[in-house]
Amino acid sequence: MTESNASDHYDTIIIGAGMSGLAAGIRLAHFDQRVCILERHYTIGGLNSFYRMGGRDYDVGLHAMTNFAKRGDKKGPLAKLIRQLRFRWDDFKLAEQIGSSIRFPGVSLDFTNDIELLETEIEQRFPGQIDGFRSLCDSLLDYSDMDGGDQRFMRSAREVMAEHISEPLLIEMLLCPLMWYGNARENDMDFGQFCIMFRACYLEGFGRPFKGVRMILKNLVRKFRGLGGELKLRSGVAKIHVDNGRAVGVVLDDGTELTGTRILSSAGNVETMRMCDDITEVDVARAGKLSFIESISVLDRMPQSFGFDRTIVFYNDSESFHWSRPEHSLCDARTGVICSPNNYIYDGDEGELPDGVVRITTLANHDRWCALPDDKYQAEKVRQYEAAVASSVRFMPDFRRYVVDTDVFTPKTIRRFTWHDNGAVYGAPQKQLDGTTHLPNVFLCGTDQGFVGIVGAIVSGISMANRHCLQVQ
Amino acid sequence: MTPAEIRDEILDILEDISPDEDLDGLKDDVPFRDQLELDSMDFLDIVMELRKRYRVQIPEEDYGALASMGSTVEYLEPKMRDIVKS
Ligand SMILES: Cc1cc2nc3c(=O)[nH]c(=O)nc-3n(C[C@H](O)[C@H](O)[C@H](O)COP(=O)(O)OP(=O)(O)OC[C@H]3O[C@@H](n4cnc5c(N)ncnc54)[C@H](O)[C@@H]3O)c2cc1C
Repeated sequence: MTESNASDHYDTIIIGAGMSGLAAGIRLAHFDQRVCILERHYTIGGLNSFYRMGGRDYDVGLHAMTNFAKRGDKKGPLAKLIRQLRFRWDDFKLAEQIGSSIRFPGVSLDFTNDIELLETEIEQRFPGQIDGFRSLCDSLLDYSDMDGGDQRFMRSAREVMAEHISEPLLIEMLLCPLMWYGNARENDMDFGQFCIMFRACYLEGFGRPFKGVRMILKNLVRKFRGLGGELKLRSGVAKIHVDNGRAVGVVLDDGTELTGTRILSSAGNVETMRMCDDITEVDVARAGKLSFIESISVLDRMPQSFGFDRTIVFYNDSESFHWSRPEHSLCDARTGVICSPNNYIYDGDEGELPDGVVRITTLANHDRWCALPDDKYQAEKVRQYEAAVASSVRFMPDFRRYVVDTDVFTPKTIRRFTWHDNGAVYGAPQKQLDGTTHLPNVFLCGTDQGFVGIVGAIVSGISMANRHCLQVQ
Repeated sequence: MTPAEIRDEILDILEDISPDEDLDGLKDDVPFRDQLELDSMDFLDIVMELRKRYRVQIPEEDYGALASMGSTVEYLEPKMRDIVKS
């Protein structure tokens, strides 16, 4: 790499303008670092971006923001990130969910942002299990134990749950939403991750800003730029240049070279290793495998008008919940997530969303989707959309005759716009909780560091920026 | 800066870190922790804001001095005495 002059040199180079990269960028720019975020895509947001199609606004991924907090709440990840990024509560202005359900054959558990409802539901449907559920709640790790140091973090969540709850069906039902909203490991969950998601979904709960994910992203990017941060879109990092055991800078896809004192990457663990020019082979087996297909239906009426008021329904069509990549098919619609962004308690002055919407997420196999020739791929998108909808209407009123528009995206789409191996949504099963890599000045944030989801990714960006890029000065 | 100006400055930093917090009734002799929801990340932020705004360096072993408003102002007074309030 050629010597760059000082004006090209950054204190920190951040790879990726998703939630974690933008949050890290704000922290660093706020404390006067010269910081540049490099993003390969032509827009920001990564796994949770937004787009416009056929005159309508769509979110890529926002069903619900977990970790709901009310105005004035001072505890919990959402309050923490608002403080750390110097936002006000109104910048996010989350509307609370109406209520969500976990639906298995013949039994359903409702929950809201108040844990009491879930307790009552368990008491009624599984009378013998309520004490076990409460003792499970008491045994949860705290957020402050989440740096991976606690021995219990890596235990099997299924094992810990079985120590408290003797009804296998209840274990499956409780796991279903938590795995769907943040588990990169197939079949089981690390107990630490279980605790994070349990707090995020059941104890804190769900919310959504009226305007969806664009509101969050626009706030993040406005703040970052306002602090003097540089954001370069269409600027993929092809290579991290390593000299003498340290990263000295990056080479972009177009050959441009930038130097930096340190690099913070949200591109993923394996993906980042692959960029380092001192590494010849990466262990691709360590990448995550779980990816989704998202089937979006725009309706000619509001879901509540035909009797559907649920914010999220997590369904599973048998007594055991299968959380793994479908090996022999494109998709697995036996379990899924149904979300209606209409079913939040928005402020009166915000009014209603312009359209009724039902979004369904089901499991999908990235390799199989990518192996399809183009015409087959288009045809399968239609077929798999129909299969997902057919599966979901067993757990909600049939809405098919109200559909006026649809959109579908697949693991191939996710891969194409985020460059994550396998289109993996929650990254690698083995997290790098301390964010370190084999190089002393390259660090990970986001999905593969440990925290997932929108709030999780933002918290990850903040804590890795604090720990590796600010405290060392 | 006078102790009163330093106190205002700390209030300003707290207001910045936690804009939704009501700081009017803050008592100088009671630990911040007992009055505000501040965690270790927030304490680090007070230190970093002081460095950002006034180039005041606070070594880690002195963080204990920042427990309450009273002790913070007392600790910072010699370090900020010669800084002119902008
Ligand atoms: C369908 C779907 C539904 C979801 N639903 C929800 C939900 O309801 N609630 C919730 O909280 N979360 C949800 N999520 C998860 C959430 O979106 C993610 O956990 C979060 O956005 C991850 O952010 P990140 O910063 O870690 O990673 P990313 O968003 O993946 O950011 C990484 C960025 O790096 C860029 N990049 C990669 N390689 C390079 C390179 N070489 N050079 C430059 N840039 C590069 C990528 O383009 C990307 O922008 C959903 C995700 C999906 C896909």
